[in-house]
Amino acid sequence: MAKYILTALVNNHAGILAKMAGLFARRGFNIDSLAVGVTQDPDISATTIVVNGDGHTVDQVLKQLSKLIDVIEVKHLPAEQAVSRELSLIKVACDPTNRSEIVQVVNIFRAKVVDVAPDALIIELTGTGDKIDAFEQMVRPYGILEMCRTGMVAMRRSGQ
Amino acid sequence: MRMLASKALVQVLEEQGVRHIFGYPGAANTPILDAVGKSSIAHILMRNEQGAVHAAAGYARLTGKVGVCTATSGPGATNMITGIANAYMDSIPLVVLTGQVASGLVGRDAFQEVDTTGVTTPISKHNYLVKDPNDLPRILEEAFWIAGTGRPGPVVVDIPMDVQRMRVDYQPQGTPQIRGYCPHLPATDADAAQLADAIRQAERPLLVAGGGILIAHASEAFAALAAGTGLPVVSTMMGIGAVPCAHPRYLGMVGSHGVPPANAAFAEADLVVFLGARVSDRTVSDTEALAKRAAVAHVDIDPAEIGKNIPCDLAIAADLADFLPRLTRALAGYTCPGGWADKAAERRAAMPLPDGKKRGAVNPKYLMRRLSEATGGRAVVTTEVGQNQIWTANHYQFARPGTFLTSGGFGTMGFGLPAAMGAKLARPDELVIAIEGDGSFQMSMPELGAIRQWGAEVKIVLFVNRVLGMVHEYQDVNFQSRHSGVDLGAYPHYPSIAAAYDIPCGTVAENQDVDSAIAAMLETPGTYLLEVLVDRTESTL
Ligand SMILES: Cc1ncc(C[n+]2csc(CCOP(=O)(O)OP(=O)(O)O)c2C)c(N)n1
Ligand SMILES: [Mg+2]
Repeated sequence: MAKYILTALVNNHAGILAKMAGLFARRGFNIDSLAVGVTQDPDISATTIVVNGDGHTVDQVLKQLSKLIDVIEVKHLPAEQAVSRELSLIKVACDPTNRSEIVQVVNIFRAKVVDVAPDALIIELTGTGDKIDAFEQMVRPYGILEMCRTGMVAMRRSGQ
Repeated sequence: MRMLASKALVQVLEEQGVRHIFGYPGAANTPILDAVGKSSIAHILMRNEQGAVHAAAGYARLTGKVGVCTATSGPGATNMITGIANAYMDSIPLVVLTGQVASGLVGRDAFQEVDTTGVTTPISKHNYLVKDPNDLPRILEEAFWIAGTGRPGPVVVDIPMDVQRMRVDYQPQGTPQIRGYCPHLPATDADAAQLADAIRQAERPLLVAGGGILIAHASEAFAALAAGTGLPVVSTMMGIGAVPCAHPRYLGMVGSHGVPPANAAFAEADLVVFLGARVSDRTVSDTEALAKRAAVAHVDIDPAEIGKNIPCDLAIAADLADFLPRLTRALAGYTCPGGWADKAAERRAAMPLPDGKKRGAVNPKYLMRRLSEATGGRAVVTTEVGQNQIWTANHYQFARPGTFLTSGGFGTMGFGLPAAMGAKLARPDELVIAIEGDGSFQMSMPELGAIRQWGAEVKIVLFVNRVLGMVHEYQDVNFQSRHSGVDLGAYPHYPSIAAAYDIPCGTVAENQDVDSAIAAMLETPGTYLLEVLVDRTESTL
């Protein structure tokens, strides 16, 4: 089992997300994440799908997705050709004694504090999944009160 | 031109050459029916929405054109589900028009509201909920285009009733342009050459004809390939008729319900070439074993079918109508190794034919052989599901492509009778025979009313074994003959049913009377019911 990144351009029609998600569920495809957002063309959305499986699964996911009429094109994006990012928001518990320690970790990771309260910080971090995992490890001892992550979005590097 | 959306809808249907809509009304599709009523198109009122979809499917399968059906929202739409799923499995082109509650009520659990696009997504090629009446003409044109091109399938168009009554501008658009939908998969000589090489190198090559050959209208090209090369041919259930059943190279249907000569060849082949077939579990139960013992080539217009169920050594995504003539050219001068092909043909010739020796009940396989003789294998034949389907598949000797209309992938009881009606309305000059099991017949029996009302003069051959025969047999084999839930009891009295609909009826209980009973059915003008009394212990194969 390995992770594969697929990118798809889809018509920005109501229901396309449900159709894609339903397809994965029905055919037993194992999806790590599915991220959707509009492109420079408001009629078209770009989606990034991270699939867990083997070569055969990926081949089937690609072909089955292509069959959806509202899918314009879908491609496998090899990891080495991809620029990929996730965004996470993490609310970490803090008090006056450890706040600056946490901010140091934030700086090392080039994350950002986006909200401050006497007993908590909300930190925004963008990066690869690994980077976010590593950051999560670092701040866990302080107490993670809440955390949410987007799925991966990915794009092919220019000239590849 | 400015007009009611429902009128624009009907104009698109007329542009598409639609002459019949099979349907059932309710408040939510009445504007459509109103516009149909004022048009050249006949609305054929069925007795259940499921019957409407099956009738449209029979119509579509026989003509190769897109079948059209309509129902109201909620229960009307959900009654269509089985028919839509059936059409999806067997790649039947349909446009399904459902009424929906008024736009302002969508999502509020209004009276007779159901999420039609939601429930039909996994069982349709595509679907639409029309929100803006100005989109309706374009959506309908797309629906016909999508349903009928590439690998065909059902397309559902769900239209809120207020949208049907709004005014729109209608201008025929011509062939729709749909970004990312490229239904045409041209074949290449390079692919044909590769497959030809594989065939030349094989010692025991075998062609498997699937329904795709019939859908592509490529049966002539396929028969030319078989005749030119002498390659032995087997078929899936959906592929029956790809070559005439009497073709010297045809060995019959393969799979769990297939015939021994076909299965023997399949087991011995060292190259199996699937042409327009899905390779379902009923055709190949153990795909891994097959892949181990033979090389596999797979040609299909749907790339997603290739490699889905069986690993394959040669994958070719192409339109068979384009591919098969190229393959025949690439195989010029080739003849299949005689030992192999002849052995296969001899096995078929040596197969004993069902006989009519038994007394006290009719041998259904014998009857199918006699019916085949009497009609020259030239009838359009529909079936239900169960033993009746397999008796037909293995014993009616189809002489023409595309005349066997059966529910292959979904195995839908209740399909055959309305499908026969749709086929007969599409081609009134054809002899259309519905082969029925008594369980299945009772699922669609009310459609006799529609058959009579609309003058669909179909012949009905009803195998009465008073049991859900195929399941009864399954319980014999797998549950030590503990029969549970399969006995249909003594009713109804079928001649009385026929009488209630003014349908002439005959009953045959002895093999010796089979020929005269068939003759009476064929000679009596109009619809006819032939009740055939069959022993419930009769085997499927
Ligand atoms: C809608 C539906 N329900 C249940 C089944 C399961 N099933 C398959 S064959 C069969 C028996 C059919 O009985 P009948 O129509 O009398 O045909 P016979 O086998 O007796 O020829 C049943 C119940 C089915 N195929 N379709
Ligand atoms: Mg029966």
